[in-house]
Amino acid sequence: MIRTPLRPLARILPARERGENTEEIERENLRRRHAEMQDRARSRAEGRLLVLGAFFTVAFAVVGVRMGMLATTVPVEPMASAGGSVIAAQRADITDRDGRILATNFETNSLYAQPPMLVDPVESAKSLVKIFPDLNEERLIRDFTGKRKFVWIKKRISPEQKQAVHDIGDPGLLFGGREMRLYPNGKLAAHVLGGARFGEEDVNAAQLIGVAGVEKQFDGYLADPANAGKPLTLALDLSVQAAAERVLYGGMRLMNAKGATSILMDVHTGEIISMVSLPDFDPNDRPAPPTSGFDPSVSPLFNRAVQGVYELGSTFKIFAVAQAMDLGLVSPETVIDIRGPLRWGKFRISDFHYYGKEMTVTRIIEKSSNIGTARIAQMIGAERQRDFLGALGFLEPTPVEVGEANSGKPLMPKNWSELSAMTISYGHGLSASPLHLAAAYAAIANGGHYVSPTLLKQSGPQYGPRVMSAKAAANSQMMLRGVVTDGSASMGEVPGYQVAGKTGTADKPKPQGGYYEDKVIATFASMFPASDPKYVLVVTLDEPVETSGTEARRTAGWTAVPVAAEMIGRIAPLLGLRPVIEPARLAEVRLTSN
Amino acid sequence: MVYGAVPDRGGEPILPKWWRTVDKWSMVCVLLLFAIGLLLGLASSPPLAARNDFAPFHYVQRQAAFGGMAIVAMLLTSMMSPIMVRRLAILGFLGAFVALAMLPFLGTDFGKGAVRWYSLGFASFQPSEFLKPGFMVVAAWLLAASQEINGPPGKTWSFALCVAIVLMLAFQPDFGQASLVLFGWGVMYFVAGAPMLLLVLMAGLVVLGGTFAYSTSEHFARRIDGFLTPDVDPTTQLGYATDAIMGGGLFGVGVGEGQVKWSLPDAHTDFIVAVAAEEYGLVLVLVIIALYASVTVRSLLRLMRERDPFIRLAGTGLACTFGVQAMINMGVAVRLLPAKGMTLPFVSYGGSSLIAGGIAVGMLLAFTRSRPQGEIADLLRGRNR
Repeated sequence: MIRTPLRPLARILPARERGENTEEIERENLRRRHAEMQDRARSRAEGRLLVLGAFFTVAFAVVGVRMGMLATTVPVEPMASAGGSVIAAQRADITDRDGRILATNFETNSLYAQPPMLVDPVESAKSLVKIFPDLNEERLIRDFTGKRKFVWIKKRISPEQKQAVHDIGDPGLLFGGREMRLYPNGKLAAHVLGGARFGEEDVNAAQLIGVAGVEKQFDGYLADPANAGKPLTLALDLSVQAAAERVLYGGMRLMNAKGATSILMDVHTGEIISMVSLPDFDPNDRPAPPTSGFDPSVSPLFNRAVQGVYELGSTFKIFAVAQAMDLGLVSPETVIDIRGPLRWGKFRISDFHYYGKEMTVTRIIEKSSNIGTARIAQMIGAERQRDFLGALGFLEPTPVEVGEANSGKPLMPKNWSELSAMTISYGHGLSASPLHLAAAYAAIANGGHYVSPTLLKQSGPQYGPRVMSAKAAANSQMMLRGVVTDGSASMGEVPGYQVAGKTGTADKPKPQGGYYEDKVIATFASMFPASDPKYVLVVTLDEPVETSGTEARRTAGWTAVPVAAEMIGRIAPLLGLRPVIEPARLAEVRLTSN
Repeated sequence: MVYGAVPDRGGEPILPKWWRTVDKWSMVCVLLLFAIGLLLGLASSPPLAARNDFAPFHYVQRQAAFGGMAIVAMLLTSMMSPIMVRRLAILGFLGAFVALAMLPFLGTDFGKGAVRWYSLGFASFQPSEFLKPGFMVVAAWLLAASQEINGPPGKTWSFALCVAIVLMLAFQPDFGQASLVLFGWGVMYFVAGAPMLLLVLMAGLVVLGGTFAYSTSEHFARRIDGFLTPDVDPTTQLGYATDAIMGGGLFGVGVGEGQVKWSLPDAHTDFIVAVAAEEYGLVLVLVIIALYASVTVRSLLRLMRERDPFIRLAGTGLACTFGVQAMINMGVAVRLLPAKGMTLPFVSYGGSSLIAGGIAVGMLLAFTRSRPQGEIADLLRGRNR
């Protein structure tokens, strides 16, 4: 590159020598340089301006194309983006043993508002109050016109209410899915099913959580989405449950009882075919749990069959007799001294009536002699009695599959003395639930095997540990049959179904100690048919009074037994049992020909 | 005076000369934009008027009044000679600069979280709008002077001035105007012959500055975050704008049928293009884009021929800020760019912005007028152009 000198010295020097003014040459040179520089700058700027022009052309084109793409896409309904994990709302159904629905799910909606999207907040709030009169209009208007972005209005609304809200036509009022738990049979089997409530909630779904009963016990199974479409099959029979509830309710009213419970159990499988506790509730609208400081057993939520532990009275006598027979201490014909009262220290044990000086073991059960049973208990001894009752399940809560089972913990004396053994033998001093009693009677009824009660449908019989010999069990069954035919439960006879059982009338303990004179727990523990027992039925009435006679009668023979008999007459056909045609008694055969 | 001599008229009369030399296409485009602004004002401002208890077309009337003033300002300015424009612009710049500096003491924020305005009772006045074109001219003057032999260090001075203004604007905060000023200076420096290495460095600095603003200013960070999330929240301004553009389709939902203007608080300013898209459809939006593009690109192409470095630089700065402001505004509405409050020149409502826009475009038209560019000399030197 040839450098161009800044000053044109080649021209200046000769001019200077000639004595001319060089200023003009310098200026001319400067002007030329300036023009050249401007030309260079312009040619460079030309390129860069072209780049800028291209940039703007492209940028505006991109904006235009993007605008065109947006304008030609079909607008979609704006959806609130669902953040986080989706709540599984597919709780499995619960059915009875024949597949009839006990609990299922039902699609409803929740209602909420997004105030920034409300077109007319005040008018919408007024319309909402017309649909839901329980809403507070002023508060709603305040919420809608304030700074809030999200307002819950209702957690569950019916389809009719949804339509009414929809008709308001405000885009700021929105619905979310709410799968609710529905118990289509209402109060039926309320205590078994328990109930469910909403757990974790979001706009589109809410989690259902079991709060009691099998809903709580099997919450994990029911809530597992893998089990959707695979219902939980219970052992309950819906028809039997319904019949049992009707009969028990009627019996409770007739006998003026404040509560009642019944348990029907298959003696071979341990399946609970029906379990009733009254008063009951509607699991669709589960009442609030009782507040503290208030006796929980008064609440309809209280499951008397499982949670209620009572002194069950004379129904226990058969256990002492069965054990004594199992141990070979007595036979049904052994005669026991029943002179009373039986004194033990400062305590006295006496009978309800005077039954004579001595009786056979069979008669002791039939007549329900406290003294006789206490004597047998003395023979057995406290230790062995305790072990035997333990084997029958009386010392632990029942293993039944409802959430409340653990609270049905039996009450027993800390020091299992000989006196305790004597009172426990006739049902005082040990408190257990009716379900405990049903399970223990099932062991007698099935020939001596313990069966644990279960609410789940079983495929075959259980063979639990043997608790007594088959012979002792068979003899006990015969004695219990005698109670109905010739003893205190004579009203329990149901023609054709050979009811066997034992009554029990226990005075209720006062909370402050001692026993009430006029408040009893009347129990009838029965099995049928006696020739080959298939079912155990325990009926317990709380504070029954039978007033049809001249004096109030409270004993189980007058209260619990007729209710149980009515129940057996109703449910035995439903269970598929056929009445046994018993031959007429020979003594009643009259020869009319002579 | 010599008898019979024709009196010297001092050259050609002003109006014919103006009409002969002015860029008529660009001027028509600007007038069309103003007309579209009025048309969209009819659609977009009644909700605002309803909110502020005015007659439905209160804001349209104001827009028309300010627009008339803006057009007069534009025409007058475009008739001036570049030297005249430069002198007045420098005076205006000085005034606006002082006004901007006094804002923190005398200004008001109208409850919008940024002190940008002087309240004059009947109208408000935003000095930064007037400062912008003034600064372009001053910076172009300094940059051009620095190219003269034995000229002043104009690049340094103009850069210092630019930084001062950007800092003052960022302090308000008004990052939109600040970035426009910075962009304008950068474009002028680029055309004035910035070394490539420096350009790369500058790009890096812009990125750094953006990061700094993001991490220190909550106002700024929220908008960037909103842009970066992939889903449009339908309850944000952007969500409404996107909805409106989709709803409008090719030919719009019909005049006066649009809904977005009722939901968007900035429907008459920052998101007016959404109103246009909803009511008049893609067609009008494409027309608007074409108008801005033709003003910008035509001006840049005309400036390519310009020999005078000052005119070239000032014109470039004015044309580019005009174009980029429109581009950013529309880019935000279609979610190409993060949300940034920037008005659409001549179309959006706003008195200061209209008049200042009129002056700026007037200056641009004055700079892009056809002038003798030494074509003979070029021919003589063998450049056939």
